[in-house]
Amino acid sequence: MSHEHKLAIFRGTVKFKSNTQKIWGVLIFLSIVTTIEVALGIIKPQVLVANTFIGMKILNWIFIILTLVKAYYIAWDFMHLRDEKSSLRRAIVWTPIFLVSYLIFILLFEADYIYNVFKDGFIQWNF
Amino acid sequence: MDSTITTGAEEENVWGGGNRPLGASYGKLMMWFFIVSDALTFSGFLASYGFSRFKFIETWPIADQVFTHVPFIHGNFPMYYVAFMTFILIMSSVTMVLAVDAGHKMMKNKAILYMFLTIIGGAIFVGSQAWEWATFIKGDYGALETKGGRILQFVKADTGERAALADFAKEIPSERVTLERNDALWYSSESSLPSYTVNEVAEGFLADPNILIRTETITAEGEKTLLTREESLTKIKDAKLVVEGANLIRNEYGSRLFADFFFFITGFHGFHVFSGVVINIIIFFNIILGTYERRGHYEMVEKVGLYWHFVDLVWVFVFTFFYLV
Repeated sequence: MSHEHKLAIFRGTVKFKSNTQKIWGVLIFLSIVTTIEVALGIIKPQVLVANTFIGMKILNWIFIILTLVKAYYIAWDFMHLRDEKSSLRRAIVWTPIFLVSYLIFILLFEADYIYNVFKDGFIQWNF
Repeated sequence: MDSTITTGAEEENVWGGGNRPLGASYGKLMMWFFIVSDALTFSGFLASYGFSRFKFIETWPIADQVFTHVPFIHGNFPMYYVAFMTFILIMSSVTMVLAVDAGHKMMKNKAILYMFLTIIGGAIFVGSQAWEWATFIKGDYGALETKGGRILQFVKADTGERAALADFAKEIPSERVTLERNDALWYSSESSLPSYTVNEVAEGFLADPNILIRTETITAEGEKTLLTREESLTKIKDAKLVVEGANLIRNEYGSRLFADFFFFITGFHGFHVFSGVVINIIIFFNIILGTYERRGHYEMVEKVGLYWHFVDLVWVFVFTFFYLV
């Protein structure tokens, strides 16, 4: 039984000596990211709240990107996708990404349309 | 590519079966099938949450004004406890990887220890979630509902803090008691009455000039709209119902859908964690009994580990979309 773990993260910038060490390294990284998220959520810097990018607050973009970063390291190192064959990895990762992007796109557009109907239409609901 | 645990069957024969083009065993592939489909289910929930939220983008409750409690401590601590829960779950994910790693090296005792720690982490998380639900259902300030189904909350004008109904409502003796089944027709009863009637809250509100009404509408600064005293006096006339805490029909935090999605999404996730803990316990005892030692490999630990990490992965998304964004 051979144990070939890929032990480098951050595209080879950080290399670990053993799999156990890599696990602790990833934990430290995930904890830092979570701490940043919570700190930003409590402070809510005015610059990030006031400015928007494609209709969403910069702060929310940061939250979503940090979440995807966390998801990447959980899947790659905890679920050891990094060590699987690339064909398996792609089948697992791209299927949901494709389907979920489509779902989010279509639902959020529809929701925004309904929001405008409620706002400009003849139905009064906020009273 | 035998980087993860192999279960034997090394010889490859194109037409003779036993091929493993993806380099993973049958069991592991099936676990991945399940995880991908479950991920799509959760995505459906979170996307529908996004749908409802975008629909009511101007009136949706602000999460860090709702989840402000920490067990055993009084005060306003937005997000702290949820962050702690996230950390616990990530931590139990780490002990799970360590258990898989120990199983990989056929170290039985280490695997037992790490599985035990994983179970403890999962139990703490489920317990925290139960506490969170209880706090959410109980509510803390209470609110009024208008005839349009909107929530009116109360704020103290001098400090800007939230005012609980108990702070200002007037006690008016009344004959109104909860309708029990034995008092009327056998099929008509009602759930328990709120602590105050609308009239008591309204009278108390009129008597105390320090109380202002806060509506659901979010201003450009990202805060809830605070009415002036004059506006509040007109607004209170619309009140029809006292709402305390949350149930599936109405809640004191704002939009009705908010509580429904809270119960549904965190409930579904909590159920996953609960079943994960149960499966972990089964595996834990199997390791102790030496089942995998005799089998020659600890692949079961790895498969359950995949499920456990998936539960953690889902929580990372629930945390972001329910509590942070």
